Amino acid sequence: MKKSYPLFVLLAVVLFSVAPVMVAQAPYEATMGLVQKIFYYHVPSAMVMFLSAFICGVASAVYLFKARPEADRIAAAAAELTVVFGLIVLVTGPLWARRAWGVWWQWDARLTSTLLMWMIFVAYLLVRRFGGPGAEKLGAAMAVFGMANVPFVYVSVNIWRTIHPTTRVVPTLSPGMRGPFWFCAIAFMLLFGLLLAVRARLEQRRADVEHLYLLADEE
Amino acid sequence: MFLKVAWLVMRKDLTVEVRSREIVYTTVFFAVACVLVFAFALVKEGRPLEDAAAGIMWISVAFAGTLALGRTFERERHSETLRALMLAPVSRPAIYVGKLLGIVLLLLIVEAVLVPLVGLLFHAPIWNRPLLLIALLVSGTVGFSAVGTLFAAMLVRARSRDVMLPILLYPITIPVIIAGVRGTAALFEAVPAVDLAQMWLALLGFFDVVFVTLSLWTFEPLMTE
Repeated sequence: MKKSYPLFVLLAVVLFSVAPVMVAQAPYEATMGLVQKIFYYHVPSAMVMFLSAFICGVASAVYLFKARPEADRIAAAAAELTVVFGLIVLVTGPLWARRAWGVWWQWDARLTSTLLMWMIFVAYLLVRRFGGPGAEKLGAAMAVFGMANVPFVYVSVNIWRTIHPTTRVVPTLSPGMRGPFWFCAIAFMLLFGLLLAVRARLEQRRADVEHLYLLADEE
Repeated sequence: MFLKVAWLVMRKDLTVEVRSREIVYTTVFFAVACVLVFAFALVKEGRPLEDAAAGIMWISVAFAGTLALGRTFERERHSETLRALMLAPVSRPAIYVGKLLGIVLLLLIVEAVLVPLVGLLFHAPIWNRPLLLIALLVSGTVGFSAVGTLFAAMLVRARSRDVMLPILLYPITIPVIIAGVRGTAALFEAVPAVDLAQMWLALLGFFDVVFVTLSLWTFEPLMTE
């Protein structure tokens, strides 16, 4: 796995350098024009964010019930990536909204629930960083509860009206847009997978070093 | 056995509380202070903004609840009594239920003072549908306390627990706040929107079931050192 990292890095670099060209050549959307191009970065980031949050929740549940340290490392890496990709979503979203809807922020279902989910994972990172000993378990509980919370947040906020396009937009894209969109989605997924693997490995190394220190102390 | 243990844990908490009355007095006073602070923000030219009463009521409950949760477990930490409880040869979920019932009862006492006060100060028609209002308050309090009790219990051992409790609790309990505020606001309208309030009540009930179950399920692994 370690040896294949440079290969994947190279592949990611290639994908991310080709992506802007593909996005530039994609057809303009009829009403929004140029601003709509944010879509190619906004939606894949959101997809990765949700995937990452899901991975974090499942890994945390595994850690909680099976007490496997590997699962905790994956959960920590996934939580950090959720926050990073969530930040991309939450920055590109308002930029797009300013032109498309005329306001930076709308308290609609999808926006509010994404912001809340992002906050749950920021809280996860805060508790891991400042919680002191035993904070891993606290974080794991936060992730499991956060995952269970998503449907509730969504339903409760959904009763206010929604102006955000639904997920049904993606399958009905025009053919010219579909290619660049899935290209960008794959690029983001690859980047995510790579970062997750590297980050989890870093945690693993840290744990190994800690273990060696303990052994050295005992002697 | 399960119910008996829960009952005993709750009775222990209440006995301690009845003797000192520390948490009840401080929490009620804090909730009232919250209401006054919000009044300065949300009352314009002598008239409260629309829906202000419901919002102020639930925010005060949430803030006061965090305070009560922190104090209850600080007391357990003080002489390591939580460890003693955990060492008792009884089922852990029963201990959780006992603690939860204690907190819920405490918060309901706070609400019994708070709700009439909000009704009085903000001209909120709390007698519109009293049973539905009570149902909303009870189910909201149970949902908030279910998550709160679990996190406060875990945080007993953590560093900077006073800061961590609100940080963890508020994002998770947002659905309770939304449902509580919207449901209560529907009841406080001139013509109470009963269907809307009932829908929010159903959501709160569902939230309670899921989060109490999840807490019972995770309490054991979380409290094992």
